[in-house]
Amino acid sequence: MFGAEFVPLSLPPLVIGSLAAVACALPGNFLVLRRQALIGDAISHVVLPGIVLAFLVTGSLGTWPMMIGAAAAALVAVALIEAIRRIGGIEPGAAMGVVFTTLFAAGVLLLERSDTSSVHLDVEHALMGSLESLIWLDGTGWGSLFDPEALAYLPPELPRLAITLTIVALLTAIFWRPLKISTFDPGFAQVIGLPTTLIGLGLVSTAAMAAVAAFDAVGSIIVIAMFICPPAAARLMTNRLEIQILWSVLFAVLSATTGYILAGYGPLWLGADNTVSAAGMIATVAGLILGLAALFGPCRNRAGAPLGA
Amino acid sequence: MNAVSLAATSGTHVTEDLSKYAMAVRGLTVSYGGKPVVFSVDMSIPTGSMTAIIGPNGAGKSTTLKAALGILKPLSGHVTIFGQPLDQARQRVSYVPQRASVDWDFPTRVIDVVLMGLYRQVGLLKRFSPALRAKALDCLTRVGMEEFATRQIGQLSGGQQQRVFLARALAQDADLYLLDEPFAGVDAATERAIIAVLKDLQARGKTVVAVHHDLATVPAYFDRVFIINTRAIAEGPLDTAFTDRALQEAYGGRLSTNHIEGLAQVS
Repeated sequence: MFGAEFVPLSLPPLVIGSLAAVACALPGNFLVLRRQALIGDAISHVVLPGIVLAFLVTGSLGTWPMMIGAAAAALVAVALIEAIRRIGGIEPGAAMGVVFTTLFAAGVLLLERSDTSSVHLDVEHALMGSLESLIWLDGTGWGSLFDPEALAYLPPELPRLAITLTIVALLTAIFWRPLKISTFDPGFAQVIGLPTTLIGLGLVSTAAMAAVAAFDAVGSIIVIAMFICPPAAARLMTNRLEIQILWSVLFAVLSATTGYILAGYGPLWLGADNTVSAAGMIATVAGLILGLAALFGPCRNRAGAPLGA
Repeated sequence: MNAVSLAATSGTHVTEDLSKYAMAVRGLTVSYGGKPVVFSVDMSIPTGSMTAIIGPNGAGKSTTLKAALGILKPLSGHVTIFGQPLDQARQRVSYVPQRASVDWDFPTRVIDVVLMGLYRQVGLLKRFSPALRAKALDCLTRVGMEEFATRQIGQLSGGQQQRVFLARALAQDADLYLLDEPFAGVDAATERAIIAVLKDLQARGKTVVAVHHDLATVPAYFDRVFIINTRAIAEGPLDTAFTDRALQEAYGGRLSTNHIEGLAQVS
């Protein structure tokens, strides 16, 4: 598998998958601790109709139309949730559940009814992405990594996700203390003058940015899995947030790489001649890592378990 | 800007000097879902005093504190801290939330929680200097928790968690300490340790306000009370405000006051 075809065929998806996984896992750490992990799930559902509409309007799958479409969809979602919550007099969780599933279904319908055959945009792509198709034909060998001409033809998802991850990592590092204080003790944070509402909005926006960037390359399944699984597994490995972040990055990269390799080569090793979906396998590996951490992680805590369990 | 204009009911304007108070609350009303839980409350905390906020469950004790500190948005009301708006006096205020209001499973160590109290000194990116770290450790020593500095906070008992919160407040070097039920669910040793720290603060000229539940310990711990049941019922030094009549008014018939030592005998 490390033969001549590795650099053009396997390296780009491995790197893109890892970048997407880490970009989602970083904000995921704070979302999990704030018990808002499902917001990641929600975002990846809500953005679908926005992206489809943006494509229908502009006819392109460029970064900006997608980002604007996703952001508009998110705004509509927030307005709908607020409206349903007030008019229906129900709790926000229920309103969210209704809005997100409906918007996602609307996105799927829109996709099926519109002609998107010219681009990589269909229901399967929305769920699974197209990691396997992100190949780099100009990368003829390891030497191509130092060849500017070949590098210019890298799949555009790669630099896009690299930039996204850089922004997410920088934001996490710069706002580390406010994020940590306001996640642990919002009341105290407010009294010392931290803008807690703004911090919360910033966190969700950063997560949304990561979700939209990753969505295009790897689909919504990975996005949902990466917001939750690596941070949750990392929490079970340590009792320090600083170290939890490092574990979550490790688990994200491990899921992306192992999942991709298992999807591409696993069936061959088992004697079959097909491959399975990389996105599905990556999410599965992330879930397995979380399962192992839940069974054997050193910092498990039964505080929340029901009595007698 | 130390004087605040208040519109009196008669429509005339009265100018009151609020700078003599560590905290002055005027006309505070807070409602949850259309129902007022704190109604038109005035509170005046003199500098250097030690005040217990008392009242039955759901009387708006914590809500008054939170709204005064901007954590909850009041319907109306005005608050000054040492005569200034809160935004200009934040570095002089230290707030200790209810212990149960945070998730103690949060992945952090005791010392890191205390260092949160020094955030305003380091901001976003500045490193914690050895002097600041030593200060945080010293605050832990003052509450008897220095051995636990590198423990994860989830491994502490309720009393120890409360002491860590107090240490974080001490690290802020504030002039006004507002504590929400600091004695709730703590062991006797912790209660003694906390009250010793608070009395020491008062001895250094600091002002202390605590939401308190145990009426029996009010005379031993505090020198003033603020009694509330949605409306402010009484406020002042123990001998004028901590009265049988005020307590009966706040708690209704549910309270037998004859076992409370030090209750002011005002007929």
